[in-house]
Amino acid sequence: MRQAYIQTPCYTGDVSGACSALYELGGMTVMHDPSGCNSTYNTHDEIRWYDRESLIFLSGLTDLDVILGDDERLIGDVCRAAEALHPAFIALVNSPLPWLNGTDFDAVCRLIGERTSLPAFHVPTNGMHDYVRGAGLALETWARHFVKEPRAGREKGKIRANLMGLTPLDFALRDTVSSLRSLLSEAGFEPWSFWAMDDDPENLKRASEADVSLVVSAAGLRAARFLERTFGVPYLAAFPAMGIRDRVWSLLEETASSGKSRSLSHALDLGKEEEGALFLVGEPVTMGSLAAAVHARTGRPCRVLVPLEETETLLGPCFTRVSGEEEIRRALKGAGAVLADPMYRPLVPEGADLVPLPHLAYSGRIFLKEIPDLTAFVPEGL
Amino acid sequence: MLIRAGERESLRSPDVPGPEGCVIPIGETAWPSPFPNELEFNAPVHGSWNIVHIGMLMPECHQIYVCADNCMRGVIMTAAEMREEERFHFVLLEEEDIYEGNLEDVTIEGISDCLERLPERPPCVMVFLVCLHHFVGTNAGRVYEELEKRFPDICFLRCWMDPVMQKRGLTPDQKARKAMLDPLEPLPFTVEDRVAVLGDNRRLEESSDICRLLSGAGFSVGQIMDCRTFAKYRELAGSRLFITRSYMGLYGMKGLKKRLGRPLLYMPPAMGYDEIDSLLGALAGALSLPAPDTAPLRERADRALAHALEKIGRTPIAIDVLGVPRPLGLARLLTEHGFRVSCVFLDAFSEEEKEDYEWLKDRLPSLRISATVHVRLRRLHGRREVFLGEEGREGDKVLAIGPKAAFFLDTGHFVNLVEMNGMWGYDGIIRLAGLMEEAFDFEKDTRDLVPRKGLGCVSCV
Repeated sequence: MRQAYIQTPCYTGDVSGACSALYELGGMTVMHDPSGCNSTYNTHDEIRWYDRESLIFLSGLTDLDVILGDDERLIGDVCRAAEALHPAFIALVNSPLPWLNGTDFDAVCRLIGERTSLPAFHVPTNGMHDYVRGAGLALETWARHFVKEPRAGREKGKIRANLMGLTPLDFALRDTVSSLRSLLSEAGFEPWSFWAMDDDPENLKRASEADVSLVVSAAGLRAARFLERTFGVPYLAAFPAMGIRDRVWSLLEETASSGKSRSLSHALDLGKEEEGALFLVGEPVTMGSLAAAVHARTGRPCRVLVPLEETETLLGPCFTRVSGEEEIRRALKGAGAVLADPMYRPLVPEGADLVPLPHLAYSGRIFLKEIPDLTAFVPEGL
Repeated sequence: MLIRAGERESLRSPDVPGPEGCVIPIGETAWPSPFPNELEFNAPVHGSWNIVHIGMLMPECHQIYVCADNCMRGVIMTAAEMREEERFHFVLLEEEDIYEGNLEDVTIEGISDCLERLPERPPCVMVFLVCLHHFVGTNAGRVYEELEKRFPDICFLRCWMDPVMQKRGLTPDQKARKAMLDPLEPLPFTVEDRVAVLGDNRRLEESSDICRLLSGAGFSVGQIMDCRTFAKYRELAGSRLFITRSYMGLYGMKGLKKRLGRPLLYMPPAMGYDEIDSLLGALAGALSLPAPDTAPLRERADRALAHALEKIGRTPIAIDVLGVPRPLGLARLLTEHGFRVSCVFLDAFSEEEKEDYEWLKDRLPSLRISATVHVRLRRLHGRREVFLGEEGREGDKVLAIGPKAAFFLDTGHFVNLVEMNGMWGYDGIIRLAGLMEEAFDFEKDTRDLVPRKGLGCVSCV
């Protein structure tokens, strides 16, 4: 049965994804949930508690709240907390029970907005999806509320690039983000806004003035599409892994000049032979780019297995969307080696090596100290 | 949406006075809820045990959760961090399962699939259903009936991960502890010289007053932590007397007492000498033993506290309820012995501490009571002056007893313990005094230690 797991974990959920995406944007995020989503996020999916200011709270939903539909408690509690803490905005993140009883979050947010005079919105998660969807929804919703019309009269200059899809869930080592900033600059681009780590929210509000967006993880896709749809900012989905950077920069430039969005994955030929290939399992933008780098360096055929939602448009010809541990186990049959989070080890076929690449959104903090700067990551032994 | 018409029955106190609204002198607190019940902040302090940790005490038992992704991940990672992932399995619920109203089928088929794929069939499985099962009206009885039909060799324990019910009823923790007692069924014999200590998370040490009293009278002590097999665990049902130290275990233990028709003693981790004497006296009485002479133990405890006081002096001390189940009792004990207790971290007072509360309110009205989940706390990490007042001047040494107190005071001088680490009675006080001295002398890496889950369990973090 696809939904039954006996050996491997599941990915970070959508509620955590949404909280993670909004963490550094100066708002107050409230999970409307009894407890579970909050403790999961707080313990396993978030690593910035000591280092960064944030206001992420739990509503403490009770059975009576669910049965009676008494939203006033939530509204009152949120308004009182906002009055005490002065956030820049208020985000409500939905969980299974409010989803089940059909809580009218639009109305709740409207009332909160009226009472606090603060922008208030909700992220339509429900605890039943993965972090890509949750973070994607959060960034897209934030963008809809805050990204401004571009200012007129821009002078010609370097290509301005937004970086989309930055959360610790995919980039736990903060060095990766600073490396990305440096690499963009060194390649002649102007780093414009970083969604949503290590940047001033005011810069994100000006994302419409960029020439192009670089989507470095699937979590950034929804917001990138919003910028494309609303302001005509095209995007490229690719990660500048070591070994393919020139190709990524050239595609980024081409995307900016043509105005046509694309994904590196669609252009990838990762070798014909599937038997004995290197299989990469995980987030499609980073894993696809790492596959391209390995293939370019070694000529070894590669395949990418993607167990995450809302990734269909990012899958190239050598990519397969998979769901559930038994399907992944079957898909890995014949793999010569597997590059994946160490917690995939039980699914790796006998005789195949596992090249570990810990991923916070999968193994949580267990291998946190071993997570590398992905821009400098070169898998060993391949 | 619905808006409540008319007055709300108040779960919360009126507006809170005091510094920053979440720290109040005990003299001004309301009983039993000093703080409003509003949005919650979850500090990155995770030493407490959750249902996964508790369930893993059961020998040879596997756990299967049937839940949606986001909540599921927390329990999965709990098991993984304690290196028990091989005894943990799950079934992920999806929207379609709710739309199609077939939660029973998904639950039954998912659990069956997990069990059929296991290389060996466990003798016991804790099944955790969740909030969603309640709200779509899942027939849990049918689920277990079918599972027991398919797997007659497995003992299925009926557990819940339903925190939505916990503010008005039993917590998932209480339900899990109760379920773990269910396999103890009436036996046709009594092991006259054995007493079982159950319903607790932490092992009762041989050095404890309880164990010494029992072993001195020729009794053995049975605990789940010492059972290597499920069958051995079930044999504890034949014990002559049952003891629990934990309020959270009491609900299940009362059911056990009724089912087995055996006596039960509730021996909470008291901090007052008189209460400890009274509990030890009750234990002796239940076994027809003479009441123990505790005078030498009192003297030893006094000496240990005096020794600690000599070192710690008037250093401000903060205590949290995560570390010590009777924080007011400890605050009183330490105050009576000359220590300077400045702050206690808790969110509600326990009925069991009413007497200590009144004593402290009367004798130490300035003692600060701080919430642990109030939203304002998010911005108070390390703001010692808020928690300790004038006594918390920057740079001055403080001592925390419990990991949450250590986090909020941002100190490395702390006793890292949860639920008293199982320590009890005079022995517990003596050992705690030693730990306080050690914490005073040596700084710990708070940031590294307090986020680890389930203190006392294996943690690979």
